[in-house]
Amino acid sequence: MNSLAMAREPDARASAAVMLKIDNLSAWYAESKVLHGMSFDVREGELLTLIGRNGAGKTTTLRSIVGIVQKRTGSIRFRDEELVGKRTFQIARLGIGYCPEERAIFSSLSVRENLFLPPVLREGGMTDEQLYATFPNLKARAGSQGTKLSGGEQQMLAIARILRTGSRLLLLDEPSEGLAPVVVKEIGEIIQRLKAQGFTIVLVEQNLRFARMVADRHVVVENGKVVDILSNAELEADMGRVKSYLGV
Amino acid sequence: MFEGISTQLLFGQVLLGLINGSFYAMLSMGLAIIFGLMSVVNFTHGAQYMLGAFIAWLLLNYLGIGYWPSLVLAPVLVALTGMVLERLLLRPLQGLDHLYGLLATYAVALIVEGLVRYKYGSTGLPYDNPMPGGINLGFMFLPYYRLWVVVFSLVTCIGTWILIEHTKLGAYLRAANEKPQIVETFGINVPKMMTLTYGFGVGLAGLSGVLAAPIYQVSPSMGSSLMIVVFAVVVIGGMGSIVGAAITGYMLGLVEGLTKVFYPEAASVVIFMFMIISLYLRPAGIFADKESV
Ligand SMILES: Nc1ncnc2c1ncn2[C@@H]1O[C@H](COP(=O)(O)OP(=O)(O)OP(=O)(O)O)[C@@H](O)[C@H]1O
Ligand SMILES: [Mg+2]
Repeated sequence: MNSLAMAREPDARASAAVMLKIDNLSAWYAESKVLHGMSFDVREGELLTLIGRNGAGKTTTLRSIVGIVQKRTGSIRFRDEELVGKRTFQIARLGIGYCPEERAIFSSLSVRENLFLPPVLREGGMTDEQLYATFPNLKARAGSQGTKLSGGEQQMLAIARILRTGSRLLLLDEPSEGLAPVVVKEIGEIIQRLKAQGFTIVLVEQNLRFARMVADRHVVVENGKVVDILSNAELEADMGRVKSYLGV
Repeated sequence: MFEGISTQLLFGQVLLGLINGSFYAMLSMGLAIIFGLMSVVNFTHGAQYMLGAFIAWLLLNYLGIGYWPSLVLAPVLVALTGMVLERLLLRPLQGLDHLYGLLATYAVALIVEGLVRYKYGSTGLPYDNPMPGGINLGFMFLPYYRLWVVVFSLVTCIGTWILIEHTKLGAYLRAANEKPQIVETFGINVPKMMTLTYGFGVGLAGLSGVLAAPIYQVSPSMGSSLMIVVFAVVVIGGMGSIVGAAITGYMLGLVEGLTKVFYPEAASVVIFMFMIISLYLRPAGIFADKESV
């Protein structure tokens, strides 16, 4: 690696292997095309955010990766596997965990049942002890109905349940949305801890303060396209550039 | 006890009500399970019940296989044909309006009934009682086989309830009822789960059919006449509420039996009067908000 590249990408992860490679991805809801040729990479161990205005296509990007949006073209390579053309459950079994924007806690299941619902798909997931150590609240409320938890607790539950499965790539859709600042901070700390444990994370986030606290790189999405990719250092150095994308 | 009403008659009708209720409960439970997961109103259910009884009759008369092995074999065969039906007919209709599934399953019911009627006629075929005899309780005579039907159906309903409410498998089922796509993102093959669930639900119908064979005769229309009541039960209990379906089934069987004692003229309509009143008071079903499954 030459010194120029080092200067542009000061992060040591720049040299890590690419885990997820998205190339010219387009996606549709029925007849309406929402993603128009997205391309970006996620490296092993990296925390990448997708930022952009409401309706830019961030959620759709995650849904296309996991195959909830089935109508898609282009390429999504996860390690050695092509995900376009695969069904959602097949994609999940490769080791991709998805935490949806709406959290999707099951009301007919207790907190414990929600937490242990996703089956262990491969080795390397968190043990039950590690899980409860990371999320002590969930242990205390294990018997309650899933949807009786507060918003913040439901968010924790939605993250916690995909950590046991052995998935090494986590797709988190706006975990800070609609939560009080203290809870956002708590979730930020948990995400940092997950990163330190070696999880690779794609985080959709509109809260810039939250995003720069945890991320290595940022992908800016606009109208279903990638319009910019910057390292966290670049973001820190030039907040104006990103704020203009977000219109804030 | 009641003036002019003999205890013989009263207990006889209570027993009959419990027997009918047993079939209502098992059939509506299967319907509720299928509707809960797949949003399919399975109009083939009555034909699958008839098929259970009919397969038991065929096994006995062509292969000499008796009641007890048939109690296992016939429901399994009904479940297997159900799973084929689900793959070929229902899966392509997934995601379309409920009406398509309803019409398609109704068409299959008519075809199955028609074929059986064509080959074997519409008169009932007798099926020997595997447990003849009974005990005299003093106030009434209790045939062993009827006791067996009530007990077996109760055990089946409770077993199904435990399976769905208190096992991991049931948790998948309840979760997939709510948000199938999210369950799929956990690596669960939800379409396969639907096929198996459909098989289980119609297997229950087949099982009910075998149970019914010695009591009612085996005839092509035995299912369709029963299903009208069963659909009323499911509507009263709340579509998709499994516990609601079972409890309502027993309850309405009893109500129907007691009506026969106290006001026989109303016996054939009492369930539908219940349905209208309950739809008016609780449109989503009696058990709708207590039980989301
Ligand atoms: N189920 C759907 N059917 C049709 N169009 C949809 C659907 N979901 C989203 N869209 C449209 O697709 C576009 C991208 O939506 P998407 O949810 O991916 O945006 P987003 O970047 O996640 O926005 P937000 O920040 O509000 O969550 C929007 O124009 C939206 O209206
Ligand atoms: Mg979104």
